[in-house]
Amino acid sequence: MAQFDSPSALVAAARDAYAAGYRQINGYSPFPIEELSDAIGFKRTTLPLIVLAGGIIGAVGGFFMQYWMEVIAYPINVGGKPFNSWPAFIPITFECTVLCAAFAAVFGMLALNKLPQPYHPVFNAPNFALATRDSFFLVIESKDPKFDHDEAMRFLKSLEARDVCDVEL
Amino acid sequence: MDEPRDDRHVSIHATHPVVGSELTFGSVTDKISAIVLKRKTPIWWFVGFAISFALFQLMLLTITNLLFKGIGLWGVNIPVGWGLDILNFVWWIGIGHAGTLISAILLLLRQKWRTSINRFAEAMTLFAVAQAGVFPLMHLGRPWLGYWLFPYPNTMGIWPQFRSPLMWDVFAVSTYATVSALFWFVGLIPDFATLRDRASSKPFRIIYGMLAMGWRGSARHWHRYETAYLLLAGLATPLVLSVHTIVSFDFAVGIIPGWHATIFPPYFVAGAIYAGFAMVLLLTIPLRKVFGLESFITMRHMHNMAKVMLATGLIVVYGYMIEAFFGWYSGNQYERFMIWNRMHGPYAPYYWALIMCNGLTPQLLWIKKIRSNLLVLWLISFVVSIGMWLERFVIVVTSLHRDFLPSSWGFYSPTQWDWAMFIGTIGFFFALLFLFIRFLPMISIFEMRTILPEAEVEE
Repeated sequence: MAQFDSPSALVAAARDAYAAGYRQINGYSPFPIEELSDAIGFKRTTLPLIVLAGGIIGAVGGFFMQYWMEVIAYPINVGGKPFNSWPAFIPITFECTVLCAAFAAVFGMLALNKLPQPYHPVFNAPNFALATRDSFFLVIESKDPKFDHDEAMRFLKSLEARDVCDVEL
Repeated sequence: MDEPRDDRHVSIHATHPVVGSELTFGSVTDKISAIVLKRKTPIWWFVGFAISFALFQLMLLTITNLLFKGIGLWGVNIPVGWGLDILNFVWWIGIGHAGTLISAILLLLRQKWRTSINRFAEAMTLFAVAQAGVFPLMHLGRPWLGYWLFPYPNTMGIWPQFRSPLMWDVFAVSTYATVSALFWFVGLIPDFATLRDRASSKPFRIIYGMLAMGWRGSARHWHRYETAYLLLAGLATPLVLSVHTIVSFDFAVGIIPGWHATIFPPYFVAGAIYAGFAMVLLLTIPLRKVFGLESFITMRHMHNMAKVMLATGLIVVYGYMIEAFFGWYSGNQYERFMIWNRMHGPYAPYYWALIMCNGLTPQLLWIKKIRSNLLVLWLISFVVSIGMWLERFVIVVTSLHRDFLPSSWGFYSPTQWDWAMFIGTIGFFFALLFLFIRFLPMISIFEMRTILPEAEVEE
């Protein structure tokens, strides 16, 4: 793990590591850096699809919930309107769509990120508490196919890092 | 043509920056988290919290009394079945709208200045919606059966009636409250992690640590996080517009003169944003002063919020004009009488006070000097908050008290318990806000970091 002082240095280092053939790398930063996920080769997430699915489930479920209740389970004549008065069902259909999509977005994001996760090895690294303040970290994970401890250390030291250290698994 | 415009754009940014130039990642973090973690709780906090908590007890007392005696305790009766309770509901929920507007719509519009006020505005939204929810629930008469509003399988074998706007309202308001809470919590996760890593006492480290759920700022996490946040903003944007639209349907779908109008949805939404920005200004002007947050919430924010208030205020004034115009143009005697009665009837002082507060006072905001004077700006916001309350009074009460048949006309005056309930919710609102500014970062720390100049990645 290498520690940097600025987002630019971290992104540059991440690009170097990717170019050197490392694939199981990760950056840690106190705020989102768009270029960083590109640099470590993380480009796509399935989250939008999950949210879309949530929205479709909400829309279909919301509408047919009302349809079933008003037409099948408990048909009741209100002012001579048809049982299936679909325009009157639209507001609630819309609200259900938004509700389910929002739940999908939040819980989908947490699930894909495997959160909550109380323990993670990076928390053992010295100074890692600064990752939520003003420090930027680059990690080469040992599960990387190209990983060799000494060579990875040498590589990280060749970057202009403030500090380089080992992280116990 | 583009050149001179660009220059002017730059100069406005130079004179009124979004963030103070002396800030760094470290100092932003330390300054905001110190309010929660390090600084001694000031005396005024205890005094303010005690007062608002005492008023909250007044609300609980009213509710207890109400449960014993029924809603006859309030001044509502036929023909004015909706009194202060429903108008307070609309007032509170309107205030909530500014929070979502700032956090979602301005995010999508890439307005960087939103960053230092969005967290606070979202908290305000949540607390305002909580107050709003109390009123219709208590107005049910038998609030302990409030769950009957939700569709659930029951032994009576009946289901809700979804053609009624009141049912739409249940879904709209509960969805709004849920999505606002989710949005707020997701925004807080990285800041919980910051507080976890900064806290010096173990209990706080554990509590903030649990709330942060193991957030560690991984690039993969941030990527998904940003996606989720943007999608939530995209979902909240139509949601916030739908909520006050549906609230306005509660009125517009009815056939009461003065309610049955197509202008209602846009007019209500604009009024909600208007009232909400007034409340944000009302609260941030003193807060930035006492906590010394002038480099986070700059004069640029004050100007922008004042301008939004002016713009939405003009839409609201347009609504008043259209109401009056259609009262006359409809040729319908009931509509004509309604607007005449508003202007000359027993509640006419409310109407003219409303025009004063909402129509005339905010016109002062055209003047730059006035927007720059925080005391005057605060007073204008206060007047607008009162004006928006009067607007709902005029809509709810004057329309109901003169019905189609003169034999069913009546008069409504709120009782002391109406006022006790209203003042009680104000106390509850402020009690929650006091707890919020003491225990949670009132400015989004991680988003502040992103708008610092040093956050730019240089190639």
